Amino acid sequence: MKPFTRILIVISCMLMASAYVLPLWHILLDAPQYPEGLEMKIWLNGLSGNIEQINGLNHYIGMKFISVNDFKEFKILPYVFGALTLVGLAAAVVKSRKLLWTWFIGLCLFAIIGFSDFYMWEYNYGHRLNPHAAIKVEGMNYQPPLFGYKQLLNFTAGSLPDTGGILVGIGGLLAATALFYKPRLSPNKTK
Amino acid sequence: MKLSNYKTLVLALLAGSTIYSCKPGKAGSSVDADAAQKVYVAPGKYDEVYAFLSGGFSGQVAAYGIPSGRLLKVIPVFSQNAENGYGYSEETKPMLNTSHGFVPWDDSHHPELSKTNGEDDGRWLFINGNNTPRIARINLATFKTVEILELPNIGGNHASPFCTENTEYVVGNTRFSEPLDNSNGDVPISSYKKNFKGAVSFVKVDKDKGAMNLAFQLIVPPFNYDLAHAGKGPSHDWIFFTCYNTEQANTLLEVNASQRDKDFIMAVNWKKAEELIAAGKGAKITAKYAHNIYNENTHTATSVMETGTQTLDVTKFPGLVYYLPCPKSPHGVDVTPDGEYMAASGKLAAVIPVFSFKKMLAAIDKKQYDGMIDGVLPVLKYEDVLHGEVKKPGLGPLHTEFDGKGYAYTTMFVSSEVVKWKIDNLEIIDRIPSYYSPGHLSIVGGDSKKPFGKYLLSLNKITKDRYLPTGPELAQACQLIDITGNKMKLLLDFPTIGEPHYAQMIPAEKILKNQVKFFKLEDNKNAYVTKSEKDTKVVRTGNRVDVYMTAIRSHLAPDNIEGIKIGDEVYVHVTNLEQDWDVPHGFAIKGASNAELLIMPGETCTLKWVPGLVGIVPFYCTDFCSALHQEMQGYFRVSPAGSNVPIKFSIGENPVTQ
Repeated sequence: MKPFTRILIVISCMLMASAYVLPLWHILLDAPQYPEGLEMKIWLNGLSGNIEQINGLNHYIGMKFISVNDFKEFKILPYVFGALTLVGLAAAVVKSRKLLWTWFIGLCLFAIIGFSDFYMWEYNYGHRLNPHAAIKVEGMNYQPPLFGYKQLLNFTAGSLPDTGGILVGIGGLLAATALFYKPRLSPNKTK
Repeated sequence: MKLSNYKTLVLALLAGSTIYSCKPGKAGSSVDADAAQKVYVAPGKYDEVYAFLSGGFSGQVAAYGIPSGRLLKVIPVFSQNAENGYGYSEETKPMLNTSHGFVPWDDSHHPELSKTNGEDDGRWLFINGNNTPRIARINLATFKTVEILELPNIGGNHASPFCTENTEYVVGNTRFSEPLDNSNGDVPISSYKKNFKGAVSFVKVDKDKGAMNLAFQLIVPPFNYDLAHAGKGPSHDWIFFTCYNTEQANTLLEVNASQRDKDFIMAVNWKKAEELIAAGKGAKITAKYAHNIYNENTHTATSVMETGTQTLDVTKFPGLVYYLPCPKSPHGVDVTPDGEYMAASGKLAAVIPVFSFKKMLAAIDKKQYDGMIDGVLPVLKYEDVLHGEVKKPGLGPLHTEFDGKGYAYTTMFVSSEVVKWKIDNLEIIDRIPSYYSPGHLSIVGGDSKKPFGKYLLSLNKITKDRYLPTGPELAQACQLIDITGNKMKLLLDFPTIGEPHYAQMIPAEKILKNQVKFFKLEDNKNAYVTKSEKDTKVVRTGNRVDVYMTAIRSHLAPDNIEGIKIGDEVYVHVTNLEQDWDVPHGFAIKGASNAELLIMPGETCTLKWVPGLVGIVPFYCTDFCSALHQEMQGYFRVSPAGSNVPIKFSIGENPVTQ
């Protein structure tokens, strides 16, 4: 394994580690009455932001209250993600291409399962509405977008990666680079 | 008709029109051509300056945005305000307590911004209650009145609450001299000269918290004291008061207090007074006065009746006060930003005398006096202390403020104008009409060490034809004047609440940075707070019923309450559970004889209700809080006295929030 590859892996792991101190994702809500916006930040181990206010508004449409304790994911995620990052570091230390592959596949699975899980939560929150809610709009669901923006009644809902998420994403790209990019060596050295 | 006849006619017409045009014109022409642009603040944009105008006989303070003149908020201070329950709720009733009992109104005159190093710091606004002598302090982070201190021994707290350079003290002085509170006041009014006294109150202000306490009072001759301003920079240790009725008349003052050519500016060395008090020279006297404090954690006011104060009889301590002769019946005394000059305005005088602080100190050193008051209080010689006179300024000069560029601006009550003059050579530069009869004027930072300038407000006593008429009772008004150029330019006039007696203006950013958006529920220490809906309850103790209620969009909990009986006193403690900006809830009960409540997020307010009729009594939220505001309501069931209907309270299950 080339030093270049190993450096990429280490940088990637450092970027990944930022997930422990920076939020990964955020959901933004804008409405005429909320020009300053409401936001909910999603971390590796929990939620932050204007959750009280969002719950206060959601009760009109009968959406279940968002509570950190409902998400078992936040208890597991820090460990799974930590283990994955250690696999990456191990690949660099023992110079194992096999481990590098394991790490990369692990990361891909983590992303796929993560986004699917996120989508399922959004679907459930957006569709499972209390039939006794004060505001009922025929045919309306309140599922926020997985990525990008969507209009939900008077609110524009946005779903976008936060700083931690962006850094982890760059880390993922670096991991792919480490695996697939072979730096071309000068002709005289290959001989 | 001959040609010469035509000529005569033309000449006659010309002559006529010349005479006509010679008639002094009206002053519509002083309106700046760009006025609309200069006062236009686009929708959604903030004004540049906060203006705090006293409400005069309304007893309140109003905050306006300048240059737009938009009313932002009426801050209740000395008068009850049914709109939000101030002075009606159990929490705020103690604020209006006095030694005379509950006095739910006053006459508020002079707002005064707290100062640090002689500059407005945007922390607190003080204002005097003229009628029942009081000083109030408003917290400019919450725009709430947080303290009211009554002043004993004085009649009308007019020369108040002007502050020293670092807000070490705010002062109060009496418009009406009267016998001291602890003496027998049952004396003939004609014994004025013998039995009546003036008392100058020095109220110490805590540097960090702003809390006030009456440090001491100076016992002074029984004149009428009108206004005051403290020195700054070189004159830091001094404060100046205007005195009129030095004739000491006790009847028909209109004539009898206007006899002398000169009255006085009383210069007080407050630093020396402070030292004398610290050295134990003060005489303790009994005095009864209320001290009311609103705690922003408990959202509750308490009233304590104080029992005494310290006094210094100025006749016993040489060097404490000196008198500067001042023509005639002076109103304002205003100190230039550099602290070197005091402009006084004799409202019946034909000049504006400007005194020099340096010359005053020199005259004190020379000890050549122009007589003594009461045999011991030195009167300095007019010419010794005079910097100069502004000649022919207009009629009825009242008050002066400064722009920090070497110019002073004085209101002329009788000739209804504002006059701009230069401090060093005392020359008049410009004049602009006021509509009509201005009293005070205000420049942004105009009484401080560093005036911001730019805008001047002329605060007027008469409105007449300025707006669409509203019957015999008209709004009073003020005019906004641009003072950036050599010539003053009228930009705008706007009506105000009550009487805009005086105003203080401050750049908005000094207030904006401290703004509180809502109260944290977790910090709410009210004795009757209910922090969550599951803790709501109704408790009977004899004939007292306490309702612990919560409000959140869009319901009041509990909303069905039974077991209330005629003869009960019901205290409804409503906590607003919202934790977001601009989500107040109101609370009102049908037939309540006091007021409604307006409860800010995180706050607890209590309405006392004494039901008078058997039956079902609705209650509801009065602030349109949400789409389901109209559903935010409930019922009391009121049973006859002696009924055995038990206390019962409930709210329907909310399937959504479970």
